[in-house]
Amino acid sequence: MKWFKRDLKYPKFYRHYKAAFNHKINDLDAVRFVVFDTETTGLDPKSDRIISIGTVAVQAFEINVYDSLECYVKQEHFNKDTVQIHGLLKAGNITKLEEKDAIIAFLAHIKNSVLVAHHAAFDIAMVNEALKRMGLPKLKNKVIDTGKLYQKTKYIKDHKHYSLDELCNTFNIRMHDRHTASGDAFLTALIFLKLSSLLKKKSKNLKLKDFMHWF
Amino acid sequence: MTNTIAERILDFLKGFPPFDYLSYDELLHISTQIKVLYYEKGDHIFKQNEALHDYFYVVKDGAVGLYSDNTLIDECDEGDIFGLRAVIRKDLYLLNAIAEEESIIYGIPAKSIDDIIINNLQANQFILASFATNTRHPYSSENKGKLFANETILQPNASSFTEVQSASFSKNPITCQPIITIKEASVIMSQSNIGSIIITENNRPIGIITDKDLRHKIATGKHDISEHVTAIMSAPVITFPKHITVAEAQIAMLNHGISHLCITKDGTINSELVGILSEHDIIVIHGNNPSVLIKEIKRASSANQLQMIMQKAQLLMKNYIEQNIPVGFITNIISAINDAITKRCIQLSIDELQEELPTSFAWLAIGSQGRKEQLLLTDQDNALVYENVQNDAVVKSYFLRLSKAVNNKLNVVGFEFCPAEMMASNPKWCLSVSQWKAQFKNWITHPDEDKILLCNIFFDYDFVFGNHDLVDQMSDSIFEAIDNYEIFLNFMGRNALRNPPPLSFFRNFLVEDSGDHKDQFDIKARAIMPLVDAARLLILSHEIKDINSTMARYKKLGDLEPQNKDLYDSCINAFRILLRFRTQHGLKRNDSGRFIDIKNLNKNDRLKLKGCFKPVKDIQELVKIRFKLSQLL
Repeated sequence: MKWFKRDLKYPKFYRHYKAAFNHKINDLDAVRFVVFDTETTGLDPKSDRIISIGTVAVQAFEINVYDSLECYVKQEHFNKDTVQIHGLLKAGNITKLEEKDAIIAFLAHIKNSVLVAHHAAFDIAMVNEALKRMGLPKLKNKVIDTGKLYQKTKYIKDHKHYSLDELCNTFNIRMHDRHTASGDAFLTALIFLKLSSLLKKKSKNLKLKDFMHWF
Repeated sequence: MTNTIAERILDFLKGFPPFDYLSYDELLHISTQIKVLYYEKGDHIFKQNEALHDYFYVVKDGAVGLYSDNTLIDECDEGDIFGLRAVIRKDLYLLNAIAEEESIIYGIPAKSIDDIIINNLQANQFILASFATNTRHPYSSENKGKLFANETILQPNASSFTEVQSASFSKNPITCQPIITIKEASVIMSQSNIGSIIITENNRPIGIITDKDLRHKIATGKHDISEHVTAIMSAPVITFPKHITVAEAQIAMLNHGISHLCITKDGTINSELVGILSEHDIIVIHGNNPSVLIKEIKRASSANQLQMIMQKAQLLMKNYIEQNIPVGFITNIISAINDAITKRCIQLSIDELQEELPTSFAWLAIGSQGRKEQLLLTDQDNALVYENVQNDAVVKSYFLRLSKAVNNKLNVVGFEFCPAEMMASNPKWCLSVSQWKAQFKNWITHPDEDKILLCNIFFDYDFVFGNHDLVDQMSDSIFEAIDNYEIFLNFMGRNALRNPPPLSFFRNFLVEDSGDHKDQFDIKARAIMPLVDAARLLILSHEIKDINSTMARYKKLGDLEPQNKDLYDSCINAFRILLRFRTQHGLKRNDSGRFIDIKNLNKNDRLKLKGCFKPVKDIQELVKIRFKLSQLL
């Protein structure tokens, strides 16, 4: 019962989140992917903060617009240089949550889904830092990086850094709402569908692990 | 809560009917319920006879073809709805929906259609009208916002064609008495090989049994086959008088959720049954229509009669364009009609001359007529070739007289004389096979700007009438001459690039900067002709003959060069849109539609046009590289 005791030190929402991982899903069509993006005050996970989180869920390789989350975070920390990119001012007229509440909403939304993001390491690090400030462990979800997934679908391996814009151009996806978390999450989701379809062509009996192992 | 994704979907949907009739909140509600689907080329969205999905579909990007078995019925592109009929009728899918190219599709929950129908009269009318006219855009843009129900479509003007033509129904419907058993009725249906039977009393229809009733009410065990037919018949039947139009019939079927209408003497259930009209009959009517015109053409005995038929054909075409029927389909029909009219003019002229044909000949359509891309009535462009003969002067004089008669007739029909005299009655374009060969050889081996222009017009010839063998000989001589003088293709390539890509670096339209059409965009020279010229050049370089239409040429090129298929497909798409655009403009302003006033375009049209220019630019790049034109230019 040691694990149980250790669990009790976590708040209820986190225990809920954690419990979701007791279910294992093997059928690829049943896997819920949550494609997400964060907009942040800067590029340093330690000192910068999440401004907004946007998600949209994909299941059976269909994007479910109704299964999405979009939240904006109140800022203490504010970096005026990035406002130009995101157009999100410190005191905009959008309803904003405390960081803690945004993370709670995010965990409740993602559950045990497989997370998908473009250059995921950064977004995951941002969320993990926020969790750390709440005294909580890191995200437990499996993660797919569309940047790496793209390299996997190519015949020539390289380690070039492909931006979301580049991939949208490559795949002929019309861009709008670039640099809003939800807009980028949606574009990433479309790219994810295209990449999945390329992968399906390569391998008949596609498994989740085919999305994860790239080397 | 903000939902950026749903708002973007809303922004897209609100540009297209019937969504544009919905309020912001209604549409936002629908937008938040949407599924976004991605299909590779060739993927099925749904299959014939497949069980109903919980969604109907809107094309966001790409194109979806609807097929009945393997026949393409319709093609949907950006903003088009499909899969709706099955959702409304709560029935199996009748067609296959296949992604024609990589496509992003929005799936809209079937239940929201109820909201649309119940809550919004206009959207509801749009949906009904789109079924009735068998197209997805029953209103032309000018009529947008007008109500379907204000009788403009229910009592349409003479210009619409199939929709107002009386629906031809089966005149001898199979009937039975109400006292017979279900089993006996089924035997009659089976023996007569029909899917429905009408129950009559004193010759008046009181009910109907269809295959569906047998499936739902008998096979399920709800009723026994020994019961009377009245136990399972649908009653009362929906009746109409004899002169019901196709549109009325379709609306009635949709409104009542039925597939058969009874036709009675006075249109009520209290009069004698004279026929039955099924959904199938309507499909047949839609399919057959232009062939009626062709039959009339074949029977016509004078140019004046042909002129009347031509007017009907133009109305038919106008109607098709307004209803957004695929341009490929329209050009096929109009070309077939033009073709039949020309043939008839030639036959009538031969008869009129009352002389024996001195030798065999072939009549050629050239230029846009040869490419079968002419929708609006324009100048006639044609030529004639006859077999090599000893007494050339005598033979030539006969064919010149014949051509003169044909050109005159075509002029009466509505194809005006070509001001540049590109007509078979011009001695320069009425030649024997060997004279044509010599001419082509001269053009190819001594090209200058004028000769290249002539090549552009004459190499798009299409056989219309006479001896096809002569035309084959001409084609062979072209390839032979090109083989011996390959630099000709480079000249042709340079000519194909004479009009720069229509977009400047600032993604603005290049408009004419001088002359009568200052500040207007020349859609023909800057967008259509570059596609046409490139297609001709590339197909010549592959030595393919007998493919004259630009769309067919790109299709063939896609087969020959799979690595460039995407580019060629995008050229087909662009060409289709441009041709429709030009035709619409021409119809609206009663001219050739060539010059377009950019300022008066709405945003949607502007975007659509702009989207066509990337393929133009890409194909010009390909031509430039392939024919190594950078050093020549």
